[in-house]
Amino acid sequence: MGHPYIPNSDPEIRARMLAAIGASSVEEFYADIPDAIRLHRPLDLPAPLRSEAELVRHMDRLLSRNKPAELSFLGAGCYRHHVPAVVEEVGNRSEFLTAYAGEPYEDHGRFQALWEYQSLMGELLELDVVNVPTYDGFQAAGTALRMAGRATRRRRLLIVGPVDPDKLSKLEDFVRPDHDVEVLDGSHDGWQAADLVVGADVAAVYIEAPNYHGVLDPALPLLAERAHAVGALFVVGCNPISLGVVASPASYGADIVCGDIQPLGIRMSFGGGAAGFIATRDEQRLVREFPSRLFGVVPTVVEGEYGFGDVYYDRTSFALREQGKEWVGTAAALNGIMAGVYLALMGPRGMREIGETILALTAYAQERLAAVPSVSVPNAGSGLVSFADFVVRFTGSRTASEVNALLLEQGIQGGKVLSETDALFCVTEIHTREDIDRLAAVLEEIAK
Amino acid sequence: MSAPSPHTPVSPADARIAPKPRLRRFHQARWDEPLIFELDSPGERGVEVPITDLPVPTLPAGLARAAAPALPEMSQPHVLRHYMRLSQETLGVDLNVDIGQGTCTMKYSPKVNDSFVRDPRIAELHPLQDEGTVQGVLEILYRLEGLLKEISGMDRVSLQPGSGSSAIYTNVSMIRAYHAARGEGEQRDEIITTQFSHPTNAAAPKTAGYKVITLMPDADGYPDIEALRAAVGPRTAALLITNPEDTGIFNPRIEEFVRLVHGVGGLCCYDQANANGILGITRARDAGFDLCHFNLHKTFSTPHMCGGPAAGASAVTSALAPFLPRPTIEFDGARYRLDDDRPESIGKIRPFYGVVPNLVRAYAWIMALGAEGLRAVAETSVLNNNYLISKVLEIEGVSLPYARGRRRVEQARYSWEKLNADTGVHSEQIGYRVSDFGTHYWTSHHPYLVPEPMTLEPTESYSQADLDEYAAILAAVAREAYEDPEVVRTAPHNGPIHQMRDASLEDPGTWAVTWRAYRRKVGGAA
Repeated sequence: MGHPYIPNSDPEIRARMLAAIGASSVEEFYADIPDAIRLHRPLDLPAPLRSEAELVRHMDRLLSRNKPAELSFLGAGCYRHHVPAVVEEVGNRSEFLTAYAGEPYEDHGRFQALWEYQSLMGELLELDVVNVPTYDGFQAAGTALRMAGRATRRRRLLIVGPVDPDKLSKLEDFVRPDHDVEVLDGSHDGWQAADLVVGADVAAVYIEAPNYHGVLDPALPLLAERAHAVGALFVVGCNPISLGVVASPASYGADIVCGDIQPLGIRMSFGGGAAGFIATRDEQRLVREFPSRLFGVVPTVVEGEYGFGDVYYDRTSFALREQGKEWVGTAAALNGIMAGVYLALMGPRGMREIGETILALTAYAQERLAAVPSVSVPNAGSGLVSFADFVVRFTGSRTASEVNALLLEQGIQGGKVLSETDALFCVTEIHTREDIDRLAAVLEEIAK
Repeated sequence: MSAPSPHTPVSPADARIAPKPRLRRFHQARWDEPLIFELDSPGERGVEVPITDLPVPTLPAGLARAAAPALPEMSQPHVLRHYMRLSQETLGVDLNVDIGQGTCTMKYSPKVNDSFVRDPRIAELHPLQDEGTVQGVLEILYRLEGLLKEISGMDRVSLQPGSGSSAIYTNVSMIRAYHAARGEGEQRDEIITTQFSHPTNAAAPKTAGYKVITLMPDADGYPDIEALRAAVGPRTAALLITNPEDTGIFNPRIEEFVRLVHGVGGLCCYDQANANGILGITRARDAGFDLCHFNLHKTFSTPHMCGGPAAGASAVTSALAPFLPRPTIEFDGARYRLDDDRPESIGKIRPFYGVVPNLVRAYAWIMALGAEGLRAVAETSVLNNNYLISKVLEIEGVSLPYARGRRRVEQARYSWEKLNADTGVHSEQIGYRVSDFGTHYWTSHHPYLVPEPMTLEPTESYSQADLDEYAAILAAVAREAYEDPEVVRTAPHNGPIHQMRDASLEDPGTWAVTWRAYRRKVGGAA
């Protein structure tokens, strides 16, 4: 019996094709697979849901056990922002959704859309080279650091925290063969990023803007100077949605900038919406260290036509296998196209306004929650500015987890629990002042 | 010319619609679409965002943006129209017989599966939500792991890798952790792979710090077992191999390869990028492998999305399970939970838990097919491939190197060496001409070990008529190469653009990865 996804699965069609080939059965094609490693039974899988109606009912039953939050203050690397309808209209277009590795001629539109993504990000980041997205911000940071290591031929990496412990885990695994990592966590013991001393054996100083706790560290420009003074590269991870108002890392000295474009119009999807960017100046010493694809614009034989192709292809493992830079394969291109649509819709004014809205709401939320008894906001008092994420400390008898459980009873997802007392809360442009007031009011009841 | 009156009698010949020509008369949309920056219209905007009257805090010195980013200013309909035109200038699988992208398993991605991931009950989930509010997605992931365990024969599966290449790296990381845990981390510093495996099988272990040894094919195209005998030893950490390789040839001595590597204490890791033709026929575990990975966007039908997001799955035996990325998903009979407490884990390989939308799609696809359906996928894809081989080999100038007289599994790597010698036309040029007929064609990965290569992989998604059409296009282009090679050399003729002057892509003085760089180097709009 034929399956609707498989045109040639009908027995009569199969018989006709076998006859055309001169084969007696499909078994003939498997003659090279030794009997000893053949599976002599059907796979033990659930009975198929052959009809679309049954499949939909099955999936609906599973999906109904998920409850997206009405009001959530979760961020910590995955952000709920408004996704303009046009972004998804483009991202869901069948041509983009199902295209893959086509040549620049038949996939001209895909190449142009990705080159435009690189270019729009280039304007936001004030840098001339941006890659076709890699998997996620973790991978982007890992690759950026290895790029810095290859460019400087030095071993030591200084990571100035706070950084997401999960990201640190990825980084340490990824750079281990070539680098020793030293993590200086600014969130501990009054240590300040400005205290950093950079040795002449350091390949790169890595810091985030905003950092994992949401803080825009005033020492960022100073760190760039310290790194450059000893010939180290300054690598900055940033949240691109902040850059309509926050200075681009390149403007205060970053040599490599990286991060995740999920905030630029990609749904959270339980953390599945990530895609990583890496950007540098247009210097051969840096460009040659990209493992990713870099699309470039060129003329065609017809005046006024643009073509697009791979820049400096012989950097890549596609061309050189183990002699290439890291590896390249399928990564997260469509998210790049969608982020490009997002930036085009937002334009300079939209990016400024969303940045200002988030800065203002973050400051308001910090101030409002700090006024709640048994709640403090450690990074708010000292004049530090936070973007989206901020740390909340529960100083009463209830732990951060207990507070979250009580919030959930009121239909509110609290922040990510960092410790017994601390949680990382987050607001974006989708929150209103009333949402924050509601959180504060509930906390007044429960944070005791 | 005025339209004939409806009352004017017409002759039967005038009313007859002529049959379609044997070759499709195709022309892709050609919009001559400007670059998005050329559509800038100051004062326009594409979307309004919420603004607030709350005070905006002052940023520290040097951290306030001095000048607004030079993004284009465009109204919403103009942004939409621009991208719709670019989509029309893209040939997705939903439009074409995409059997010319060998090694990539271009197949139909069921539309119903897209509806599940657009549902807010997936799309709007935050990964750090309370576990009680995400039991459905955790159940899907747990069940998908179970399905892939049975399909591979392995004991545990991580769904976190972002792609096949990411899964290869994840497997290499686990191999490194396994040997380190046994005190052999320093000693085992070599990884062996084969020339006809994906380039990442060489590049990922190199990135992880290994010396890479590549086995070349023997005269019949099988990875050279004598070379393997010479390569294995106390320094061997693992063998990374795919079977069938990208030539479509299944290596019947695969168990012997595994025995040789196990014999010196190395691990065996199966790249199952080419699993489509062997689903339910043979499994990684059955041949003795310790680890394997799947590309969910290939074998399990999630859409390819212009080059991702993809999704990978790494599967391992219980001996390797302690090293899996954290968290794993566990089920106690009532409740699903994420287990982060895994002391021997290689740690995190990406944020959160994987490319969840694609994991949901892969789950739905397997559930729609079941064991019988997966078997039909495998058998149909090899039937389609061997049928296509019989048609292609009738074309003058093409050959199928290696393993003469043997069948291929789900793809084949052909050679246009003779056609090139006869006409001077290259494989790449054939591909550009093939695109004039509304379909895609790819040569192969570099380096070209097979001269003038062409790699075709028909998968199960194409009908006999589709295969006939593709073979007829190849035959027509080959005939042109012999009779009128200029037509092929100057292709494409029916695409969105004409041949590129692309030498500048290799020149640091002229390459332009962004509009900023283009303006700086070339001097503004053309």
